[in-house]
Amino acid sequence: MNLETVNAILTSVWTVWAVLIFAGIFFWAWRPANRMRFEKDARIPLNDED
Amino acid sequence: MSSNAALSAGPSPAPRYVEDVIRVAVILTMFWGIAAFSVGVIIAAQLVWPQLSFDSEFLTFGRLRPLHTSAAVFAFGGTALIGTAFHVVQRTCRARLFGGAPLGWFVLLGYQFFIVIAATGYLLGITQSKEYAEPEWYADLWLTIVWVAYLIAYLGTVLKREEPHIYVANWFYLAFIITIAMLHIVNNLAMPVSIVGTKSYGAWSGVQDAMIQWWYGHNAVGFFLTAAFLGMMYYYIPKAANRPVYSYRLSIVHFWSLVFMYIWAGPHHLHYTSLPDWAQTLGMVFSVMLWMPSWGGMINGLMTLSGAWDKLRTDPGLRFSVTAVGFYGMSTFEGPVMSIKAVNSLSHYTDWTIGHVHSGALGWVAFIVFGTMYYLVPKMWNRPAMWSTRLIGWHYWIATIGIVLYITAMWVSGIMQGLMWRAYDELGFLQYSFVETVAAMQPFYAIRLLGGVFFLSGGLIMAYNMWRTIRGEPETVSARPRPVLAA
Repeated sequence: MNLETVNAILTSVWTVWAVLIFAGIFFWAWRPANRMRFEKDARIPLNDED
Repeated sequence: MSSNAALSAGPSPAPRYVEDVIRVAVILTMFWGIAAFSVGVIIAAQLVWPQLSFDSEFLTFGRLRPLHTSAAVFAFGGTALIGTAFHVVQRTCRARLFGGAPLGWFVLLGYQFFIVIAATGYLLGITQSKEYAEPEWYADLWLTIVWVAYLIAYLGTVLKREEPHIYVANWFYLAFIITIAMLHIVNNLAMPVSIVGTKSYGAWSGVQDAMIQWWYGHNAVGFFLTAAFLGMMYYYIPKAANRPVYSYRLSIVHFWSLVFMYIWAGPHHLHYTSLPDWAQTLGMVFSVMLWMPSWGGMINGLMTLSGAWDKLRTDPGLRFSVTAVGFYGMSTFEGPVMSIKAVNSLSHYTDWTIGHVHSGALGWVAFIVFGTMYYLVPKMWNRPAMWSTRLIGWHYWIATIGIVLYITAMWVSGIMQGLMWRAYDELGFLQYSFVETVAAMQPFYAIRLLGGVFFLSGGLIMAYNMWRTIRGEPETVSARPRPVLAA
């Protein structure tokens, strides 16, 4: 298998990779276990005293 | 600030944050805003009365138009972004700017130098003729150096942060800085004719050149005018409303979906050209899909106010920011509609596009900057509030009426223009000559000019209010809230 073939295979599945990565991010963001930490993170600008 | 410096232990008396750079950026933003709006008014007047170019090559529409767009996007918008990026990154990372004041000054003043050499070049007729990428090779090289310094200052501050989590506004600012660097370098690859001359030849040609130009152009909209100002939204609206963002999880999905999709939307600028059909359709599909993250972000910004809507009545600065998010929703609805090929066949090359751009540039970008500045000026100069709240209200209404006049005039003018171009008579001949379409648009150009004058007047009111606030005089009658009648 030469480099051009590898490149062709990787290019053809690129959209699949992108969708999987995005699905992973979505799952991470909406996972109930992460709820508390994101609520805490949302307060970062307000924790400043002025 | 000073209270913070007192808390930080150690022998170093250096203030916690670099702030002088931000103060100067705020003033320069106001200056460039007035300049951009003024040149806009001048070229709008030229379209109503062409003799206003006075037969001077330096005052032709073709040279003044890039002066206007660059002043608005790069000078006004870019300076606001550099100033606020430095403010947001230091505050949310609780760390002093990486490289300190010297690197901050280099980025801000280096960027100003870029603007001046680019803008003076336009007036002298020096241009690459690429829309929003007009500056020639020497200005492009200088901007690359400044931009890398900007990235180092920003990323360095993020890396040395004391706050464990990187707040979402920083993701937007960082995506903006990195993507603009990539777009700028690739689109501007060129070979100068001589190292002492201004002329260069671009590396790309034909349809590849067109595609790279609009990959650049649309992502300048997506990452400069959208992502970066969303960073502004995600910091300054929560600060001004004193509430956390409505949904932090939605903001994460908002960020990644914008980043994944925006980069593909460029081909919608090249519908019905020699660009392959599949690429045109790809650009259209991604543009329509962008609707979802855009509206997700709009809902997130607006709902941050939920339970605090009364603040819109008492805080006209916040009203600017919230109206900006409304315009963001409106122009990101209009954009996908215009990217659909059937719609684009009518709208492309007409004034409808100009109206769409201005609902984004005036309604979203300028308004979110105004809202941010009304928050930032009292904070940066340690004043209790802006000198006059009533003048902010005046600015708000004058500018809003100006935008409405502008975009409605361009809708009517643009759709009429598109319909006239495609009108045939019963024998199959074009019904209108080109000059007839131009004559038909003149009244709408006059209305657009009036809208621009309104918007500029609002900007002058803001500059006056800002100047009085910074001078720090005691409050006058106009600054006090109006007495309650039923006392």
